[in-house]
Amino acid sequence: MKLAELQEKASWVWKETLKIHKRSPETRVASSLSPVEIFVALYYSGILLFKPEEPYWEARDRCIISKGHGSLCMYPILADLGFFDLSELENICKAGSFLGGIPDPIIPGYETINGSLGHGAGVGAGIAKALKTKGSKSKVYVVVGDGELHEGANWEAFMFATQHQLDNLTVIVDNNAICMLGQTEDVVSHLDLKKKLEAFGWFVVNASDGHNMQCLLEAFDLVKSDQQKRPKIIIANTKKGRGVPGLEGADLSHVTAINPDQIDMLISEKF
Amino acid sequence: MEGIKLRAMRDSLLERIHQLMKDDDKLYFVTADFGSPVLDRVRDNYPKRFINVGIAEQNLINISAGLALEGYKVFAYAIAPFITMRCFEQIRVNLALLSNARKMNVTLIGVGAGYSYVVSGPTHQCYEDISLMRSMPNVRVLSPSDQFVSESLVSECVATEGIKYLRLDAQVLPQIYEEGFSFPRNGFIEKEHGSDLCVISTGYMTHTAEALIVQLKGVGVSCGLVDLIDISHFSDKMMIETLENYKYVVSLEEGFAGRGGLDSRILNLINSYSLKCEYKNFGVEGGYQFEIGDRQSLHELVGIGMNVLFKKIKKWIE
Repeated sequence: MKLAELQEKASWVWKETLKIHKRSPETRVASSLSPVEIFVALYYSGILLFKPEEPYWEARDRCIISKGHGSLCMYPILADLGFFDLSELENICKAGSFLGGIPDPIIPGYETINGSLGHGAGVGAGIAKALKTKGSKSKVYVVVGDGELHEGANWEAFMFATQHQLDNLTVIVDNNAICMLGQTEDVVSHLDLKKKLEAFGWFVVNASDGHNMQCLLEAFDLVKSDQQKRPKIIIANTKKGRGVPGLEGADLSHVTAINPDQIDMLISEKF
Repeated sequence: MEGIKLRAMRDSLLERIHQLMKDDDKLYFVTADFGSPVLDRVRDNYPKRFINVGIAEQNLINISAGLALEGYKVFAYAIAPFITMRCFEQIRVNLALLSNARKMNVTLIGVGAGYSYVVSGPTHQCYEDISLMRSMPNVRVLSPSDQFVSESLVSECVATEGIKYLRLDAQVLPQIYEEGFSFPRNGFIEKEHGSDLCVISTGYMTHTAEALIVQLKGVGVSCGLVDLIDISHFSDKMMIETLENYKYVVSLEEGFAGRGGLDSRILNLINSYSLKCEYKNFGVEGGYQFEIGDRQSLHELVGIGMNVLFKKIKKWIE
């Protein structure tokens, strides 16, 4: 997909994510709006290898969505790509649906349990190690939030990945800078996250604007160009609640629901 | 029994794993910086399928989960309280829950059941693991009483999908069974058959139970003894058939009494099937303690030593 098409796709995903929230206001919308472009880049620009008709295709790349609650935007993406029918989006959070407020691995396209935070990096590192043992060329991508990096298990995994030279592992930080009760740096600051991760032995790329497709693609290209046997990480600066006035960047955006009328207005404005 | 070299149950188990790794390239061994001379052979001979994650139990579980998702049959190895409690939520989410949706084969090996790290005190002793592990409905809790039972569990765990927890004693225990012991399909062994009182025990407590029933027989009590290996998923039907012959049933465990461990499993069974026997549970009483002593004296202190059990049981059935 070309750049303009990717941007258009991202707008569609953004709109669909808001529609999901309108139908199911109990969902976490703000943290699902920050990684829209990250997921669109992964799934539509040719970075990830996958087969929707065969979710566990052996040669696929593994995408672990650690910030599960903040990945509602993955539902329209997976449906659009054919992992399941688009009509399922009408049933999210309804009785009998397999699409809940926090995604489970019964959803085609989801590899692991998500939503309980701080698990994706470790499980992803285990998968990456297994792929290396098997001699597989598949890669592992893990999407985490900056808030969830407070969980210590991430750092156990980061040390492990360096020790085992897991150059087939790429973590993407959806760095929206806000956790549940406020700005991450006011809660427990990561200080200079890039330096910290470099000190852990990772190849670190900053994507200064994680909503700019060009910027993200360049970050992925840089990751690809690194020939050293080390894990890679992209810190993508994003905005929580992106594009929604009153929500974007607000301290309590994580737990804020959007008024249905505002959603209608936003969707009509953007399109 | 002469000629048999007594070994810790972890060593017989690791030896069997080492043997199987030769022909099964799907076996993977992950440790949290916990070893044994036998494990050195695994590390030396199969370096590509051996990982030491360091002192990092959360990562031990997460790495094991990742390996299992890719089709490896994983043994994860650490000291019992650490592999069950430091990383309980990793076990719940990435093993128990995830294996409900995806095919996984992971065996957690916890060494140091009950008081087996006797001088190390309560951080290294483990009285909560049976309750915690069996609280997850799809985790199988297996508790061997000697090295041959322990060894037999390896093939059972390799052959069965899902999540298993092996609760191993850290000490070298006397032999109970013969070499070549094969894992019973019903999950337990009725070692002795009687008519008055049945003692159900697991792990180290089966050794106490053996001595206990000798004493009880000496005062005219007809005793049975059930050595429970599969604590969580033993055959209810066969256990009922065994227990319905008795007037009295007791359970012995080296874990806190009345906190959801072996006693809870047995009590639920007796209630569900309305068995007519009278039942008493014996486990660790008095909460956490810092007393130092040998295992037998600590057991007497917390209510599971042979002498205190004999007195209590004798008084009860009189």
